[in-house]
Amino acid sequence: MGRVLRYLVLAVPLAVGPAAVHGNALVADLSKHLVAITTGFTGADVLLYGAIDGEGDIAVVVRGPNQDVVVRRKERIAGVWVNGRNLTFRRVPAFYAVAATRKITDFAPESVLSRHQIGAEHLRFGQPRQAGDIEIKLFREALLRNKRTAGLYPDRVGRVSVLGNRLFRTLITFPANVPTGTYSVEVFLIRDGVVAGAQTTPLIVSKVGTEAEIFDFAHNQAPLYGIVAIVIALVAGWLAGAIFRKV
Amino acid sequence: MQIYLPIAEMSVDIFLLLGMGAGVGFLSGLFGVGGGFLMTPLLIFIGISPAVAVATEANQIVASSVSGALAHWRRGSVDFKMGLVLLIGGFIGSTFGVLLFTYLKTLGQIDLVIRLSYVAFLGVVGALMFFESIRAMFRRRRQSGTRRRLHEHLWVHGLPFKMRFRKSKLYISALLPLGVGVLVGILAAIMGVGGGFLMVPAMIYLIGMPTSVVVGTSLFQIIFVTANVTFLQAVNNQTVDIVLALILLIGGVVGAQIGTRAGGRLRGEELRGLLAAMVLLVCGKMLFDLVATPDDLFSIDLLVSD
Repeated sequence: MGRVLRYLVLAVPLAVGPAAVHGNALVADLSKHLVAITTGFTGADVLLYGAIDGEGDIAVVVRGPNQDVVVRRKERIAGVWVNGRNLTFRRVPAFYAVAATRKITDFAPESVLSRHQIGAEHLRFGQPRQAGDIEIKLFREALLRNKRTAGLYPDRVGRVSVLGNRLFRTLITFPANVPTGTYSVEVFLIRDGVVAGAQTTPLIVSKVGTEAEIFDFAHNQAPLYGIVAIVIALVAGWLAGAIFRKV
Repeated sequence: MQIYLPIAEMSVDIFLLLGMGAGVGFLSGLFGVGGGFLMTPLLIFIGISPAVAVATEANQIVASSVSGALAHWRRGSVDFKMGLVLLIGGFIGSTFGVLLFTYLKTLGQIDLVIRLSYVAFLGVVGALMFFESIRAMFRRRRQSGTRRRLHEHLWVHGLPFKMRFRKSKLYISALLPLGVGVLVGILAAIMGVGGGFLMVPAMIYLIGMPTSVVVGTSLFQIIFVTANVTFLQAVNNQTVDIVLALILLIGGVVGAQIGTRAGGRLRGEELRGLLAAMVLLVCGKMLFDLVATPDDLFSIDLLVSD
């Protein structure tokens, strides 16, 4: 039965195209497509849920927007630690998290993990030029380590729970310092060591309300923002003096 | 209760910020200093990026120096002409300082320069104040001591462009206050301070102004220099966080009032001695951060687009 199903799953794309097969083998959606950063924001959880067609393991990859990141190494000069050598890595996801039904290496071969960049060690960055392999490796590890420390590349692989070989769900946790931008949530159905289905869902992390307005104001109308900041300070200072003079 | 700071882009406990504002406000009221040299390191310490800390603190100092300057203005202890010359220097210095700040940020060396500036200036000023206050305490005990001469002639008084400052009873070269203004302006931009701790001694010992007008004039100048820093940081780096500045301000205003009242109960040299100890403490912490081996030798930063 399983073999027949897999045959069908593999055969369909030839007829209808990839969208259909993925739609059939795997459907997933998020409880919300917008993580809103408001005044009291302390992090957020987003539920990813879906259904799979028959057997298989699920791997979920959450990627933040790509950024260019400078990695700097401190060197001791005259007793003082000074930023010295630096390398720039391009297309580094601002956030990166993985969730799976069980230990990833137990159900997916290295080649699959590498091709689909599942697991932070498989991320492919735009490599810096003018640097040797050993040095790049060292700086790359430092980049991943710093991201982990900041809580943006969670070390822990999240848990995807499956109900009756059919329904699955996982909770994606975003920390309070989550960078804003367009995220992608990739869901892979891996069966017998091959990707039997995949789906990508976008997710927006954005400041909303007052926070968004202040941020946009500061960036889009910087001179006016500066003047407003000064006026607020002047008025507040004058007000404070006036109030306490009467007390 | 957590509050999300829109420019710093992080969540901080609002009561921690109010407490910091009140604490630094108390000390600044007690000692009659701006408190920027305490607040900026504290902000960096709780995880706010140095760029945001320095720019936002400049904004907060605008507010805290306005109420002080107004009080001095009512008492007539502001030398506006001197303040204006200092201010011109301050504008030049702070504009250059913000440009330097932006450049150092792209080089990745701004943290280092901020820390080095703190160590150098707080170290020198703190040590001078410390010895001076100890000397004063001894002198008071012996009940003797020579009066300082009213005016001394130094090489700086031979400079050209002499101007008359009636309020300060001085006839000196305009280049002198101008130079002091430039230097303090640069520091205000890079260290996120008003610069009072440097300007007040410079006004007394270098320019030779009477003590009665020094604080008022320095506060008057600080308002405009920090306003200039706020504006330029907002335009160049978008690092002024209005929400953060306001919260610090609310705590600071209350703290400063309590501090001012508490300050009346201490003797001048005791106050200066305590202040010196605190300045040296901040200096020591910065020095420690510079020389102690960091947990991770590597750090990451977003590439500043050029």
